[in-house]
Amino acid sequence: MRKRDVIRRYDDAERINHWIVAITFILLALSGLALFHPSMFFLTNLFGGGTWTRILHPFIGLVMFIAFLALALRVWRANLLDKNDEQWLKQIRDVAANREDKLPEVGKYNAGQKVLFWVQAVCLILLLLTGIVIWQPYFTPAFNITVIRIAVVLHAFSAFILILGIIIHIYAGIWVKGSIRAMTRGWVTRAWARKHHPAWYREVARGEGMRER
Amino acid sequence: MPLQSLDIERRSATTTPPPSQRQTVEVAKLIDISKCIGCKACQSACMEWNDLRDSIGTNTGTYDNPRDLTENSWTVMKFFEVEPDGKLEWLIRKDGCMHCADPGCLKACPSPGAIVQYANGIVDFHEENCIGCGYCITGCPFNVPRISKKDGKAYKCTLCSDRVSVGLEPACIKTCPTGALVFGTKDDMIDHAEERIADLKERGYQQAGLYDPPGVDGTHVMYVLQHADKPELYGLPKDPHISPWVSVWKRVTKPLALASLGLAGLVAFFHYVKVGPNEVDEGEEDEKEHV
Repeated sequence: MRKRDVIRRYDDAERINHWIVAITFILLALSGLALFHPSMFFLTNLFGGGTWTRILHPFIGLVMFIAFLALALRVWRANLLDKNDEQWLKQIRDVAANREDKLPEVGKYNAGQKVLFWVQAVCLILLLLTGIVIWQPYFTPAFNITVIRIAVVLHAFSAFILILGIIIHIYAGIWVKGSIRAMTRGWVTRAWARKHHPAWYREVARGEGMRER
Repeated sequence: MPLQSLDIERRSATTTPPPSQRQTVEVAKLIDISKCIGCKACQSACMEWNDLRDSIGTNTGTYDNPRDLTENSWTVMKFFEVEPDGKLEWLIRKDGCMHCADPGCLKACPSPGAIVQYANGIVDFHEENCIGCGYCITGCPFNVPRISKKDGKAYKCTLCSDRVSVGLEPACIKTCPTGALVFGTKDDMIDHAEERIADLKERGYQQAGLYDPPGVDGTHVMYVLQHADKPELYGLPKDPHISPWVSVWKRVTKPLALASLGLAGLVAFFHYVKVGPNEVDEGEEDEKEHV
């Protein structure tokens, strides 16, 4: 690939930050599912048994929350929804059928990515708050039993939504070729940017043009 | 506590039937509050048999000592000074695990085999399987399990399952000097309670009755109350049941949630199979930049 054919999409810090979130998510999903349903309890073996799973899960959760917060502070502005995004979401059938030419112009992130971002942000806040309430033995004794009962349910529910969102996120990465390379190596081809994020591409190209001048 | 595998009726976090071929009669402890003198011999016997020693607590101005159940005090006498009919009554209740027929602790527990219910109705914690998450506390309608500060495991009354399994009565029953505590088959205990209730009614306690709450399908620790219409006087919940938060969370939503996660993966896979990847065509790759 010639150098002039590629453009940078995610810088080193963004990529490292993303993958810290991703790794902690995998660990949390596995250890959380282990205690979510008996059929998944065998997953505790990956963490050194049930008790270790219980001990480790909340600490990994803290790391994920902090890492996500750092990432969110970088990208939240680019994830604000606008009119185009509304239209994009209405045409979700065209999205699923690879008819991108029929969609309104997409900036750095498409509406799907944006919605996912906010859903994950809300879920993570809920997970942190409810997670503290059910964190044995440090914090739970300080809370009222009804609060604890609601927290356990909300924790499981928001984790479910989060995992569902990540399944879609991972699949989108597999489905839209070039996305995984964008997040591992940091660059995309110009053609990729033109096809999937035309408004963003124009912005980048304009920036390049101004530098050359 | 010993794992009496043949007697197990229910096992925590287990979706297939546990070994349950052997049938035994249901047992129950009956606590006749009208006969209790608050001597705390049951508390001492419990500590002695189970090799538990609580630390010296603080005096809170009542006879309650310790003030509440702890990981070392699986039974505690609770003293209530009440005036239900305008005259002072001193009600003394032996608090501890109720051994529910529908145990909330067992339903909430995520660790296989950490909580079992024997065929005779005793609900027992197997601490070697306990992971210390505290979910049993969220499941319990009677606020009974306690997490140890020493080892992070949950503890509560075992109804002396070790003694009962070899034909002995629980240690508290053995020691009770007034006969306020009796132990036997659940049917016998209900019969005995009825005699006691008839006697109490004769003596003016018109609302005397048996506390065997149907909200948890009955319990294997039952009370004869002078004021069965007002269990709150004794610090007992009026209509105990597993919190709807806990039952909804554990029963319906979990298998559904797991199934929908699996479904999401399948839908994604078949989307790939049918629609295929979203790739940049070679034609698009060659296109001139149109800024």
